[in-house]
Amino acid sequence: MSTEAIRLDGVEKSFGAVRALAGVDLMVGAGECLGLVGHNGAGKSTLMNVLAGALAPDAGRLFVVGNEQTAGWSTTAAQAAGIRCVFQELSLCPNLSVAENTRIVHRALRGLGWKTRARALIRAKLDEIFPGHGIDPDDEIADLPIGKRQMAEIARAFTVTDHPLRLVILDEPTSSLDAVTAQQLLAYLSQEKARGTAIILISHLLGEILAVSDRIVVMKDGRTVAERPAQAFDRASLVSAMGSETDVEVATEQARSAPDLDAPIIVRARPHGPRQDSELIVRKGEIIGLAGLAGHGQTDMLLRIFAQKDVRLNAPMAIVAGDRQSDGIFNLWSIAENVTVRSLRAFTRFGLIDPAKEADMARRWRERIAIRTPDMANNILTLSGGNQQKALFARALGSDAELILMDDPMRGVDIGTKREVYGMIRSEAAAGRSFLWYTTEIDELTHCDRVYVFRNGGITEAIDAAGLTEQRVLQASFAEHAA
Amino acid sequence: MINPRLLRAALPFLSLAVVLGATFYVQPRTMSYFGLNLMLQYAVPIALATIAQMFIITVNDLDLSIGPFVGLVGVIAATVLNGTPALGVAALVACVLAYGLVGALIHLRSLPSIVVTLGLSFVWLGIAVMILPSPGGKAPPLLRSIMTFSVPYVPFPIVAAIVIGAIVHLALMTTSFGVIARGAGGNPKALTRAGWSMLQTRVVMYMLAGLFGVLSGLSLLGLTTSADAHVADRYTLYSIAGVILGGGEFIGGRVSPMGAVVGALTLALAGAFLIFLRISPDWQIGAQGAILIVVLAMRALITSREARS
Repeated sequence: MSTEAIRLDGVEKSFGAVRALAGVDLMVGAGECLGLVGHNGAGKSTLMNVLAGALAPDAGRLFVVGNEQTAGWSTTAAQAAGIRCVFQELSLCPNLSVAENTRIVHRALRGLGWKTRARALIRAKLDEIFPGHGIDPDDEIADLPIGKRQMAEIARAFTVTDHPLRLVILDEPTSSLDAVTAQQLLAYLSQEKARGTAIILISHLLGEILAVSDRIVVMKDGRTVAERPAQAFDRASLVSAMGSETDVEVATEQARSAPDLDAPIIVRARPHGPRQDSELIVRKGEIIGLAGLAGHGQTDMLLRIFAQKDVRLNAPMAIVAGDRQSDGIFNLWSIAENVTVRSLRAFTRFGLIDPAKEADMARRWRERIAIRTPDMANNILTLSGGNQQKALFARALGSDAELILMDDPMRGVDIGTKREVYGMIRSEAAAGRSFLWYTTEIDELTHCDRVYVFRNGGITEAIDAAGLTEQRVLQASFAEHAA
Repeated sequence: MINPRLLRAALPFLSLAVVLGATFYVQPRTMSYFGLNLMLQYAVPIALATIAQMFIITVNDLDLSIGPFVGLVGVIAATVLNGTPALGVAALVACVLAYGLVGALIHLRSLPSIVVTLGLSFVWLGIAVMILPSPGGKAPPLLRSIMTFSVPYVPFPIVAAIVIGAIVHLALMTTSFGVIARGAGGNPKALTRAGWSMLQTRVVMYMLAGLFGVLSGLSLLGLTTSADAHVADRYTLYSIAGVILGGGEFIGGRVSPMGAVVGALTLALAGAFLIFLRISPDWQIGAQGAILIVVLAMRALITSREARS
């Protein structure tokens, strides 16, 4: 093994009650390419932000070439140590040109003639990594298509002025690149390794990780759970390392009765992605899961159904938002008002709201869904996160909606509340309501009659309850040929 | 077909040409050295205030206090600066520093700049009224002679506007600091990730705004010769309109110093044009608003064409 470039010792980081990193040890050597994989929320981005100096760890130590750097670690210190990041959501200023964006990461580009030097620097690097790139250093970022923006950002990360390059972290670098430019990048990485630069490659494309990395680290729940030379892994073993170690299904309290295939279809929708042939169908009384990696088109699908855009549908709907702070609660309103807002039309008399009916609904739902509050007239923010989410469920379930759309509604909800809500969803489904449930937690899919796995905006697989395993969902989530 | 991007950049200049042409058509006698000088004399303080506003808009904020601030500067210059110059200079420097402090406060407490500056507008006005309860005071002779400086062949306001625009263009659009300032408006997160201090950037931009606000107040006093706390109340809206007319955008760090100056000239001319049309002063604000809406509608049209192509 070559000399050590960066080492982390027992790094921990929590956001409130969520432990994003639970003691991570990680070492990457000079001239080594480390592949980093893991499912959503495994802690990869947090780890990357700690390395980049953007987040201060709660505990643990950080070494650069054997020198401890923990105290005073910041983005400036990380820059000076030669650490560069290519973040998944790009870090370019859209109103500036490619050359001007290069200036932003190089303090040395200043004084007379800085622009000429910046142009030459970025042009040379673009030529080196992506021959035939067709990007002019004076092009404004906003005018470039997403693929070229990503090329510009990647090339920028590899430019060198006053500080030597020590480590480059690439988070999903090929997500917007076409096959040719992605190959160019991967070929360049081996050149860069030969110069002694360490590389951390984060990708959901397992083929890419297996082809380029020297060593692969698998993360799960804020820890590294497996670490082996790349040759020791193959696709299947990598996928199983990412899954839960036990791999037992959460025992469903009572098996759901087989879905009634004669029940009327209430939604028929086609995703926008590459596979136009696959179709999403929801029948009356079904619980349908949407799975796959975060941001692969599940929320878009829900919103399109909600907006009734080129979707065939015949039922009133309600949506339960996942990001309750921004899309769910009205944080100046009382709990009762938050619960009843979807149903106000049913309570009107002579065009005015009948307060008695409104209070009655609030009282009924407080009991049914066990919202823990002394008074439904209290402000919604007096509730804990889980109880706020219950109020949002009450808003949807208490309405006349026959189809309930749920956008990863259990984020940050404690296990007790989850159990209660699962039970309620099942009994409502038995009573004839339909649910379309996007979730990032694979365990929750066991409550569904059918699961659609999304990748790149399309459905890669539809899995029935009987055939559902974590392996199968992961395989479909990481499917590389969605076409 | 013309490139929509080029068309959008040319729009401020085209708007100015149209308003200028219309003015010449309505009142041919303005087509002279003297006529232009008279019509555009207030363009210099408006242009300086517009540049001040532009610095704030560059970092995605908005300054609703620039008008009263310009009025306050005029009052200080006509009283304190005229009496005891050293104290006057110190007071004006304090004004610029106050702007920097406001920028720091807005950044550190993540306050909405609109609310803070709206409140401050009353503070500036209050101080100005306390110093000078009724219009009066006297402009320092130096200011008077600078503002009545005459240049052969080209009217002074035009020369001054071009010089102001060119200097700010060089500073903001071509220097390495200017890149950071505009980047702060374009993607603050990217800048922080690259290790730049957003606090520092914002404070510098607010102080530059304060500096140009002071220059605006001084040049206005040089023209009016005596001060009035309320003289520049309309400048807040003029300056915002000038930046937007000049091709700037409220968010995203997209600004154009040359465009902002041209926008200010257009607004100054539009005022004269409306007078020539014998539109009563009561309707002038509305008519200027209408001009603004027409220009912005044109821009929206060009942008949508750009998006389609």
